[in-house]
Amino acid sequence: MTITEGPALEVGSARRRKEDARLITGRTTWTENVTLPGMLHLAILRSPMAHARITAIDVAPALAVKGVVDVFSGRDVADVQGSLPCAWPVTEDMVRPDRPPIAVDEVRFMGEAVAVVAARSRAAALDAIAAIEVDYESLPTVLDLEAAIADDADLVHADKGTNKGYTWVFDSAAAGTGGDAAAAIDGAELVIRRRYVQQRLIPAFMEPRSVVVDPTGDVYSIWSATQIPHILRFLLSVVTGTPEHKVRVIAPDVGGGFGGKLQVTPEELITFIAARRLGKPVKFTESRSESLVSAHHGRDMIQDVELAARRDGTVVGLRVKLLANMGAYMGLVGPGVPILGAFMYNAIYKFPAYRFECVGVFTNTVITDAYRGAGRPEATYAIERIMDELADELGLDPLEVRRRNWINADEFPFTTVCGLQYDSGDYAKATDRAMELFGYDELRQEQQARRDTGDSVQLGIGVSTYTEMCGLAPSRVLGSLRYGAGGWETASIRVLPTGRVEVVTGTSPHGQGHETAWSQIVADQLGVAFDDVEVLHGDTRTSYKGLDTYGSRSLAVGGIALYNACQKVIEKAKPVAAHMLECDPADIEFTGGQFRVRGNPDGGRTLADCSLAVFAAHDLPDGIEPTLDADAVYDPVNFSFPHGTHLCATEVDTETGRVTIRKYVAVDDVGRVINPLIVEGQVHGGVAQGIAQALFEEAVYDSDGNLMTGTFVDYTLPTAADLPSIVTDRTESPAPDHPLGTKGVGEAGTIASTPAVVNAIVDALRPLGVHDIAMPCTPERVWRAVQGGAA
Amino acid sequence: MTRVSIKVDGVDYEDDVEPRTLLVHHLREQLGKVGTVVGCDTSNCGACTVLMSDADGHQRSVKSCSVLAVQANDREIITIEGLSGPDRTLHPVQRAFHQAHGLQCGFCTPGMIMAAVDLLEENADPSEEEIREGLEGNLCRCTGYQNIVRAVREASAEIRAGHGTAEPAPPTPRAGEGETPDSGLRREDVPDETIPQPVP
Repeated sequence: MTITEGPALEVGSARRRKEDARLITGRTTWTENVTLPGMLHLAILRSPMAHARITAIDVAPALAVKGVVDVFSGRDVADVQGSLPCAWPVTEDMVRPDRPPIAVDEVRFMGEAVAVVAARSRAAALDAIAAIEVDYESLPTVLDLEAAIADDADLVHADKGTNKGYTWVFDSAAAGTGGDAAAAIDGAELVIRRRYVQQRLIPAFMEPRSVVVDPTGDVYSIWSATQIPHILRFLLSVVTGTPEHKVRVIAPDVGGGFGGKLQVTPEELITFIAARRLGKPVKFTESRSESLVSAHHGRDMIQDVELAARRDGTVVGLRVKLLANMGAYMGLVGPGVPILGAFMYNAIYKFPAYRFECVGVFTNTVITDAYRGAGRPEATYAIERIMDELADELGLDPLEVRRRNWINADEFPFTTVCGLQYDSGDYAKATDRAMELFGYDELRQEQQARRDTGDSVQLGIGVSTYTEMCGLAPSRVLGSLRYGAGGWETASIRVLPTGRVEVVTGTSPHGQGHETAWSQIVADQLGVAFDDVEVLHGDTRTSYKGLDTYGSRSLAVGGIALYNACQKVIEKAKPVAAHMLECDPADIEFTGGQFRVRGNPDGGRTLADCSLAVFAAHDLPDGIEPTLDADAVYDPVNFSFPHGTHLCATEVDTETGRVTIRKYVAVDDVGRVINPLIVEGQVHGGVAQGIAQALFEEAVYDSDGNLMTGTFVDYTLPTAADLPSIVTDRTESPAPDHPLGTKGVGEAGTIASTPAVVNAIVDALRPLGVHDIAMPCTPERVWRAVQGGAA
Repeated sequence: MTRVSIKVDGVDYEDDVEPRTLLVHHLREQLGKVGTVVGCDTSNCGACTVLMSDADGHQRSVKSCSVLAVQANDREIITIEGLSGPDRTLHPVQRAFHQAHGLQCGFCTPGMIMAAVDLLEENADPSEEEIREGLEGNLCRCTGYQNIVRAVREASAEIRAGHGTAEPAPPTPRAGEGETPDSGLRREDVPDETIPQPVP
């Protein structure tokens, strides 16, 4: 083992990832790789109808298929299947219909589970599924958000009497955090009103969801491709009535999530029910088509935005009315997604008055829930689009309008019109850097030249200045928003006798590189080698407590818990080192990986020396507990607020509607960076997902509620050939509330990029009279806008 | 049931398969080659890409979800688990994906690496655009492809510099014979200089 000498070496270095070793050699532990003796395979029959009454199910033909062990419908397990949980009743009177994992009498979206087969092979299970006969009686289908909340609307849940799940309001005047938005709008020199539509998206993680439940032994062991093993354990226990200590959840290698695996799924409960019923290990792995139709979707909102301003460009008020499609039921955190967004509509700006009103609407579609950014990309899109409209109205450069409204670096910490306290940042610095890398002025000149010559390919420049809230979240804030859990995170450090260290984290990575970043932090803090740290996660028997990975919280919250645990280890080791060095513990200092007598650079003791002494425990003084292990739980005192400026140049072919991204620059300020390689990778991936919303992706239901984009043939994820290389850089405003200064990065790229791209397309076409194009901006839509705009 | 004889990662296997069995399911479920994964059911994502010898014996990438196991009869398959050389060093493409941070969750990675190996076999010095077009059949949701492209470029430079050609394969063991059922790389055998490893 080597000792890190001198100042911190690991944090800030572009360490190649520990995780890669198994991933590039195919030695991974995906849930689908788990095979147990006697394991049965499940297949699920899904509703082909968006809304229908189930009048009869005949499972007998399926039972006759060779290899089939069991077939059951929702009615067969109605008494034991419980209801899927919703952890975020955003209002006291929120309508929360029961949501059985398998439909009992009525199906409410295409893809809802209707019956289940357990068989000795997956092939047999699939054969048997095809043999089940179901009679449906069609019911009226509710799909359109505005129609759904009309007085005479057909109902998704007839017994609830309404399709309005909740109405949630934030008013800065009522909250005492700002002025009256209505008054500001009524008295304004200028009001811009726009409607923006956030199309429905599908997270489309690459690893399909998979669950294995083993009921043999003393506990239920559940492997699941989930982002939230701890939350899943707790809620599985609550929903199924199984004592929590009899439930073990293991989230091994998980192949992507993006919020899409932040859910307690029907499939997890169905597999649990089957395993309990049969007393044998059971596995369910979805096909991609099942995934697209039944795993939750994201976005799907209609935003009506009113922005009031003075003629000098100063915004005086903002009012947002939102319709948010919940789908047929309330998801785990789905109702809260627009509420998270509510706090971000004012973005980086000093808006003095704000009102937000959101209605969560039931429709006959699969639920929506968290998808990368969860509420914040939607808010950022709307505000960054409409700020461009304001700039256009006033004949100002889009960046100039932003400058006139944004919070200046010397004004931090700044309390916003929503009552959030932004911690730190420097929007001017990030913007200047982005403009420099982009060649802003040169591209504006080229744009003008193309306009002057009437070039059929027009150049557009898109601006997106954003902030977001990471480090979800202070528990008291979550409590005030009626979220069901807290926002703390845990870390444990086990110092082994040889001085190697096992770190247990309550976060649950699925591609973010926690094993590497956590090792870097521990290496610096404890003076052990990077390779002498092993990071353990994703098994509730190892990591018994935690709140998992979503909302860019892992490092900004879990990283601080880890930092605090390191400090506890050092404090525990000091008296041990003092004993060895025959001095007073108060005279011990820990520097450069050595416990030393203060003022004496020689003869220090390492953590390994102390751990061996503690392991032997032969001659420790009375009162020293022979362990260096430590736990820490950290509840953040505030969110952290990364920010940045993204600039996009698009070439728009006015004859074909084709959009090409010519240049993309992302300058992000995510606080202090632990590993620049990982941060850059997160930005790349995030920007790609945001570009995909702008240009490619849309989940489409037809008028009968059939998902038309139910395969990767129809739901167009961008390929390598569809995306540009982007230029990234960073500014760094450390989070002042956090000892590591980290802010969070996972969602930044997605939040910033969508408005940058669409602003660029609209900017290219403004001289043709185009002021908006619905997303995704396909060639056809762009071409139609050009035709309409030019007419 | 149909008898098939397939060499996978340097080992000869003979098995009875249902005629409808896809190669990917045969690899995963009968041979335990779970390094090759299934990401979709429409041959779009490429996560299951492996190398399969063609009639002339050249190794070409195929999506193993769109090949029947019986079609692989008498062919040689190389999966991610058998990509490393006989001396168990990483293939230059594997190494480059690690160096260039060309993966995050890693689910698409085996297929992406196999597709990249074939791409570089065809074109030793591809441009960025050629790499992007060459990998169009493989979807990644994490990386935005930027570092994947970088990894392929770095691998191509390394291969052209002569560090990438694998030694001739040793005699083929048969399943159940010899010490190891494949020529793959155990985690502890990954060289320290390439992959950070716990020191034993």
